[in-house]
Amino acid sequence: MTASTGSKVEVRLPSRLGFEKVAMSTAASMAKLMGFSEDRIEDLKTAVAEACINAMEHGNQMNASIPVSVVLSMKSDELEVKVIDNGIGIEKPAPAPDIDRKMTGEEEARGMGMFLIQALVDEAEWVSGNGTTQDQSFVRLVIRMNKESE
Amino acid sequence: MQSVNKVSQQQLQGSSGRDVTCFRFTGDISSASKDAIVDTYHSLDKATHKFILLDFKGVEYLNSSGIALVIQVLMEASKSGQTIAICGLTAHFTKVFTMVGITKYASLYPDETAALAAL
Repeated sequence: MTASTGSKVEVRLPSRLGFEKVAMSTAASMAKLMGFSEDRIEDLKTAVAEACINAMEHGNQMNASIPVSVVLSMKSDELEVKVIDNGIGIEKPAPAPDIDRKMTGEEEARGMGMFLIQALVDEAEWVSGNGTTQDQSFVRLVIRMNKESE
Repeated sequence: MQSVNKVSQQQLQGSSGRDVTCFRFTGDISSASKDAIVDTYHSLDKATHKFILLDFKGVEYLNSSGIALVIQVLMEASKSGQTIAICGLTAHFTKVFTMVGITKYASLYPDETAALAAL
């Protein structure tokens, strides 16, 4: 089976924790078709899961009736994943977690999702919408085939 | 949709003769795993369980909310003078735990045998 450049897959998830695994599996299958290495696929799976969880929790406020859309697009040397929700987006990405501050309770133990996304994919972009279905917020993730040679 | 998370507890002995309490996790480690991770840890007598091994070999899915629960245990263990070791992580999650700084407060080992040899 050969991956086709330009192929696009869309998955719609209820905003219910656990369903992010459906998007993870889809992303992993597409990345495998494109020939990504196992370690890159694991990076992508975690990034997609974290993006979906953020969309469910912060974007759609865990309203199960509002779906999270995940659009996966195969390009010649990269896989792009857009995770779309009905929230108003974020002002700026969260800073890197500080384990020392977490250990003293100065920083919440949670709040590592955005850091992991940024660290695990080649490109991560957060685009804010206005909370309507006409202008939705999304995070755009990209992994590239030639990362090792850069 | 979230798979059932289970934890089993076993008393082991490190190579130096220390008693080691091992928690073996299976299934998902996520925000729904507080019972399995934090509450199980709270069930221990902190005065007598000084060395704790968290075994992730049977874990199928782990996310940042699950990692936050591990950090909560590390925080409480640090205050109580307990030593936490972690084993059974995949190469990917060994990288992730290292990235978020957990290795500063807990040693990671590939498997139980390696962990017990060091404890």
